Amino acid sequence: MTDVAVHHDPAPGEHGWTQTGVSNEKLGMWVFLGSECLLFGGLISTYMLYKRTAVKGPLPHDLYDIPFTSVSSFVLLMSSMTMVLALSAIQRGDHERCRVWLATTALLGAVFISGQVYEFTGFVKHGMGYTTNTAASSFYTLTGFHGVHVSLGIVMLMSLFMMSLRGRLPQQRSEVVEIVGLYWHFVDVVWILIFTVVYLIP
Amino acid sequence: MTATEHAPPIEHDPTDHVHEHPSDAQYVLIAAILAAITALEVATYYLDFFKKNFVALLVALIPMMIVKFGIVAAFFMHLKFDNKLFRRIFITGILLATFVYMIVLFTFHVFSH
Amino acid sequence: MAIIEAPDSSAPLALPSGGTVSAHQALGVFSRPGQSKGWRSWITSVDHKRVGVLYGASALLFFCVGGVEALLIRLQLVHANGTVLNAAQYNQVFTMHGITMIFLVVMPLGAAFMNYLMPLQVGARDVAFPRLNAFSFWCFLFGGLFLNSSWFLGGAADGGWFGYAPNTNPIFSPSHGMDFYALGLLITGIASTVGAINLIVTVINLRAPGMTLFKMPVFTWMGFVTQLLIVFAMPVITVALFLLMFDRNFGANFFNVNAGADPLLWQHLFWIFGHPEVYILILPAFGIISEIIPVFSRKPIFGYPFMVVSGIAIGFMGWGVWAHHMFASGVGPLSVAAFSVSTMFIAVPTGVKILNWVATMYGGRLHFTTAMKFAVGLVAMFTIGGLSGVTHAVSPSDLQQTDTYYIVAHFHYVIFGGALLGFFGGMYYWWPKVFGFTLSEKLGSWHFWLVLVGMNLTFGPMHIVGLQGQPRRTYTYEKGYGFEFWNMVETIGAFVIALSVLIMFFNIFSSRAKAKREHLVVGDDPWDARSLEWMVPNPTPAHNFDEVPIVTHLDEFWHRKYGEDDRGRAVRIAATADVMQKGDPTGVHLPSPSYWPIVIAASLPLIGYGIIFNLGFAALGGFVLFLGIYGLGLEPSTDPDAAHDHDDHGPHDDGHDEDHEAAPDAEEVTVDD
Repeated sequence: MTDVAVHHDPAPGEHGWTQTGVSNEKLGMWVFLGSECLLFGGLISTYMLYKRTAVKGPLPHDLYDIPFTSVSSFVLLMSSMTMVLALSAIQRGDHERCRVWLATTALLGAVFISGQVYEFTGFVKHGMGYTTNTAASSFYTLTGFHGVHVSLGIVMLMSLFMMSLRGRLPQQRSEVVEIVGLYWHFVDVVWILIFTVVYLIP
Repeated sequence: MTATEHAPPIEHDPTDHVHEHPSDAQYVLIAAILAAITALEVATYYLDFFKKNFVALLVALIPMMIVKFGIVAAFFMHLKFDNKLFRRIFITGILLATFVYMIVLFTFHVFSH
Repeated sequence: MAIIEAPDSSAPLALPSGGTVSAHQALGVFSRPGQSKGWRSWITSVDHKRVGVLYGASALLFFCVGGVEALLIRLQLVHANGTVLNAAQYNQVFTMHGITMIFLVVMPLGAAFMNYLMPLQVGARDVAFPRLNAFSFWCFLFGGLFLNSSWFLGGAADGGWFGYAPNTNPIFSPSHGMDFYALGLLITGIASTVGAINLIVTVINLRAPGMTLFKMPVFTWMGFVTQLLIVFAMPVITVALFLLMFDRNFGANFFNVNAGADPLLWQHLFWIFGHPEVYILILPAFGIISEIIPVFSRKPIFGYPFMVVSGIAIGFMGWGVWAHHMFASGVGPLSVAAFSVSTMFIAVPTGVKILNWVATMYGGRLHFTTAMKFAVGLVAMFTIGGLSGVTHAVSPSDLQQTDTYYIVAHFHYVIFGGALLGFFGGMYYWWPKVFGFTLSEKLGSWHFWLVLVGMNLTFGPMHIVGLQGQPRRTYTYEKGYGFEFWNMVETIGAFVIALSVLIMFFNIFSSRAKAKREHLVVGDDPWDARSLEWMVPNPTPAHNFDEVPIVTHLDEFWHRKYGEDDRGRAVRIAATADVMQKGDPTGVHLPSPSYWPIVIAASLPLIGYGIIFNLGFAALGGFVLFLGIYGLGLEPSTDPDAAHDHDDHGPHDDGHDEDHEAAPDAEEVTVDD
C-alpha cells in the first residue's frame, strides 16, 4: 500500500511489503479484470451467435437509433477522460479538483445509464421485449450486464466522492482512485467493443 | 536473516515508474483522439459505400475498435507505464477469450454468410 | 503396482528428524491472541490455516453426502431392473452425486490444501486478503448447503452435472432442481473466483525474499496454475449459468430451440469451463504427491523445471481441448479432427509428470508411509485413467464410448484414483503439521489398501460393461445383456470404498484420542521434509513465521539441514532444532477476526431463494449484501487495540461477481491515519 511506503519502507512479512513492488489491491483488480474478459467475451459471443437466428422480429438491428447511441457512447468515453483527470488531480494533492472530476465521471456514467434505460423503453414500446426472441434476450443480457457494471462503478465513484469530502481520501491513498479507475476504464473498453460489434456492424 | 533486513524485491522491474504519466493536457489530447475515432466510426453508418460493402465496413471498423481499446488500456489504464505483470495478466485474459470464443463462433459458422 | 508391494511399514516417526518433543500443546494450532476458542472464533476467523481446515472439514462432510448418493446408485444397479429408486429419483441422485463430488468435495479439498499450505510454502504470514479468504469459504459452504437444500424443496437437480440445455429447460425439468443448480453453482463460483484472486496475488506478491518463481515448491506451483485456471474458467460457466437462469426464471430464449436457439451453445460454454475444470480438480493432487514422493524417496524431485513447465503446459493446453466432450454432438469434421489432435497432445505433459515421479523414486530410499502409498497409488491409478482418456481422443472410438459406463470408468480413475487418492495422501502427510499429531499408520495402511481394492472393483468393471454398451445415467438395465455380474462386482467395490472411508474417519478420531490420552506430541519435522512449511513448529502457530525466511534454494528447509560432502553425498550440517523457528509471536500483528465475511456470504443464498421463490427475498438478500460490503469496508480491519498500521488488506478484492464491485471504495474508508 503506497501510503505505508510513504512512512517507511515495509520489511518482508510486514504489512504492505510485496515481492513485486506492486500493491496487492491493484494486482487483485487486474486479475479480476482479466477474469472479466472471459465473462464479457461469452456474452458478446452469445449475442453474435443469436443476432440473426430469431424466428420472429423485431430484431435489435431493426430498432437501433445509431445517432442516439453514438452520443451515449461518446459520453461514456469522455467519462474515462474525467476519471483519469480525477486520478491525476489527487496524485497532485488537488482534492478540490479530484472531487469535481469524480462527480463529473459519476454524472456522465449516470447520463449513460439513463440513455440506456430510455433506449430499452423505446425498444419495448416497439415490441422487442426481453423474451421476444433470441436476439432480444442476448442483446438485453449483454447490455444489461454492462449497465450493471456501470451502475456499480457509479456507486464506487460516489463512495470515493463522499470519502474525499470527509477528508478520508488523502493524497497518499490515491491508489484507491486509481483502482476504481481501472474498473471504470475496463467498463469503458467493453463498451467500445459493444458499440462496434453490436451496434455498428449489422 | 532478520526480518528487518531489507532484501531488494527480486522481480521488481527496474523500469517501473520510470516513465512519467501523461499530463492533464495530454490526457485531454488522448480523449480528443478517441472522440475523433468515434466520429469516424459513426461516419461509416452514414456512408452508402459501407452499406453495400460489408467487408469494407469490417476492415474499417474492427481496426478502429482495436485502436480505441488499445489507447484506453495503454494510457488511461496506464498499462504502457505500469508494471509488466498487469499487462501480462490482462492480455492473457483477452487472448484466451478471443481464442476460445472465436473457435466457438467458427464452429457455429457465424462468420460464413 | 509392483513398487507398492514392498511395504516398508517403518513408523514415520522413526525417520531422522529433530527431537520428538516440543513445547507446543497438541491440537492447539489455533491459539492466537484474543478470541481463539469456541465456535465464534471459528466463524469469525480470517486465518488462512483455519479457513483451510474449515474447507477440509466441510468437504469431508459433503464427501459423506456424495458417498451415500453413490451407494444409492450402486444399490439401484446391483440387479437388473432395480427398484431401490425410480427413474426420477435416480436422475436426481446421480446428478447430485456428480455436482457434490466435483464442486463440493474435490474442489474444496484442493482449496483446503492450497489455503493452508500455499502461504506457508512461500513464506508468508497469511494470504493477501484474509477477510476475503474467509468470505470465500463461507460462500462455498452456503452455496453447497443451498444446493443440497433442494432435496427438501421440491426435488434436486436432475439434468446431469453438466446440465445440458435445452434438456434443463422447464419443459423437461419442471422441478426447481435446475434452478438450484444454476444459482448454487453461481454462488460456489463466486467463492472459487474470490479465493483464486486471493491466492494468485498471494503467490505473486507475498513470496519471501529470495523465493523466485522457480524456487517455489511444486505444490505451490500447481496450486498457482490451478488458481489461474479458476480465474479464467469460472466466468465462462458464470455466463452459461446466468443464461440458463434467465431462461428458466425470466423467460429468455437462449436455449429455446423453438425460438431458433442453438443447443450447442450450452455445451460449448460448459466445456470451455469444464475442461480446465478437470485440471482444476487434478493439479492440486499432482502438487501434493510432488511434495510427498521426494520426501519419502529421500531425493529431490526429478526434473523440477519440467515438472513446473508441464504443469503450466497442462494449464494452457487445457483451454484447447474442450470440444472432445462434444464429438457425438455434431460439431463438424474439422472441429473433431482438430480437437482430437489437441487432446492427444495434452497427454504429453501429463506423461512428463508421471515419468518424473517415477524417476524421483528410482534409486531413492523409499519409505512406504501411508502418504507415500497413496502417492504411488495415484501414479498408478491416474495412469490407467489417463490412458483410457487417450482412447476418447480418438474420435471414432469415442463415438462408441460416449454416454457409456466406459466414460464413467475413465473419469473415476482420474478423479477418484487421481485427485482423491492424492488428497488422502496429503491428509496423512500434513496431518501432524495441521493438528499436531500423526494419524495411525496401521489404520492408514488399511485405509489405503481397501480404497485401492475397492476403487478397482468399482470402476474397473465399468470399462467392460461400458464397452459392452451399458449406458450411463440410465436408472436400470434389462436382464440378459451380460451386465449383471460386473454390476454386482461394482456394487461390492463401492461398499469396500465406503468401509475404507469409515476406517479413515475412525483413524482420525482414534488417533486424536490416543494422542490426547498418551500426551503424544509430534516432533517438529516428523518426515524430514524439504519445504518451508515444516520450518515452523507443529501445529503451525497462528502467525506462521516468527521472522520471514530469506530463501536461497528450492527445498530451502532441506538445504538448511543438509549440505554435501566432497563426494556429493548429502550430509547433515545442522540439527533440525537449530533450523526450526521457535513459534514466538512477539512483534507480529495479525488481522483481526470479522463477522462480515459470513454475513456477506449468507446474503447470497438468500438472493438465490428469492429468485426461485419470491423476489422479495432477493431484495432482502441484496440489501444484506450491500450492508455487508459496506460493513466490511467501514470496519477497522485490525482491532483498535492492536496499535499498528496494519490493515490486513484492502479493497480490490471486489469483483468476482457483479455484486461485489462496491467493495473496494467502501473498504478504503477504513484506513487513513
